Amino acid sequence: MKEYALFLGCTVPVRGLHYEVSARKTAEKLGVRLLDVKEFGCCGFPIEGADHLTSLVMSAMSLCAAERAELEIVTLCSACTATLTKANKVLKEDAHVREEVNKVLEGFGEKFKGTTKVRHFARMLVEEVGVAKIREAAVNPLAGIKIAPHYGCHYLKPSEIYEGFDSPERPGTLDKLLTAIGATPVDYEEKLQCCGGGILGVDELTALKMTQQKLQHIKDAGADAMTFICPFCAVMYDSNQKAVEAKVGGKYGVPGFYFPQLLGLALGFTPKEMALELNRVKGAVKFPEGKK
Amino acid sequence: MAEDTIDTGQLDPNFKFEISKQPGGENIRNCFQCGTCSGTCPVRALNDKYNPRRIIRMALLGMRKDVLCSDFIWLCSTCYACHERCPQSVRIPDLMMAIRNIAIREGNVHPVYKAYVDTLDLHGRLLEIGEFENEKRRKYNLPEFKEDPERVRRLFAVTEIKAKAEGKKATDKSCKTEVSK
Repeated sequence: MKEYALFLGCTVPVRGLHYEVSARKTAEKLGVRLLDVKEFGCCGFPIEGADHLTSLVMSAMSLCAAERAELEIVTLCSACTATLTKANKVLKEDAHVREEVNKVLEGFGEKFKGTTKVRHFARMLVEEVGVAKIREAAVNPLAGIKIAPHYGCHYLKPSEIYEGFDSPERPGTLDKLLTAIGATPVDYEEKLQCCGGGILGVDELTALKMTQQKLQHIKDAGADAMTFICPFCAVMYDSNQKAVEAKVGGKYGVPGFYFPQLLGLALGFTPKEMALELNRVKGAVKFPEGKK
Repeated sequence: MAEDTIDTGQLDPNFKFEISKQPGGENIRNCFQCGTCSGTCPVRALNDKYNPRRIIRMALLGMRKDVLCSDFIWLCSTCYACHERCPQSVRIPDLMMAIRNIAIREGNVHPVYKAYVDTLDLHGRLLEIGEFENEKRRKYNLPEFKEDPERVRRLFAVTEIKAKAEGKKATDKSCKTEVSK
């Protein structure tokens, strides 16, 4: 069984328990063991704009913890994914930066060696488990359910850190994963648009308007629900959908699920096992009855 | 006239070099003002205040204070859409982060960054995990979390980020006015 260090970040273990539960259970079922590394902390993303070096050292500390555990990292949050991947790349490739960071790390008894790799959970599914195996394992396919995939930003971009994993302009991996579990992926206008989460604390109204646009486009496309793979995106589309309706206007009723929740249902887990009660927007999606 | 004319006597020709030296800002001088970033930007589409092409032009002209003391430099959502399309590899989101780093050193600290630094310093993470959160985690059979802010706190002391986030490290205090949220 392949083992990875599970990097939860700050948001998932507090506001994304349904993401965490479904990711852990589906990974296990697909033959991937996700291990906890207690030294993992904040990835550094929130303070990149405040102090570059501090942010980089925070990333490096978690990378070092994974190196010590001799494990590659699997992340759930897309912002953590980009921050850690970017840090890992610059620290591996730029000797000057590595030296500067290692000088700070020395005071903490740490040293960056460059022996780990960072991958988003969805990327791990595609690259490690494989779409074919997922299709085989989907005993309870979500046939006839139309799902709009939301790729978000940092899962794909900046693309040069992701080794050609998926196209930043015409991505396909989430569509493929949806097809593998029997759902029908739905295309919609401005599919790549950002959720707005990155500026929620700076300009709430602009952020919510960004969220609104995508909800409208997904509704217009006739999808039964949307799926996302980042807790920021989930906060915007699911937790804040009511706020969008109140502050920007309109009625959407677009249910949103973390991809591993949908994957879990297809693998035979029950809605309760996938913690579907934690998704705020309740829709009329009829999922097939769970069978093991 | 929508805007004031630029006082060319106030321009700081070194500003672009100052930005180039800050990690993320290295490629600012590649910009040839095609406007692909602004045409791509989802924030720009909704809010006139934010215009990445214009911010870069202002920086290249040397409008140091107008850029650093502004409230528009905090509006990039770091979606990287412009980054993928920029023909000159300006690395715009990273550039915005570089400009924010300099602005914060100059005492223009957006409250959201002050809050991030304070929370990380207090809890070692961006969202607190206490007994309430752990009880919920237990309900879902998830492992408990123990906050361990000590390491982050020590790091913050080494890099003096707390003082920076309080505007205490500002060298010439060029941004004296508090930015409103």
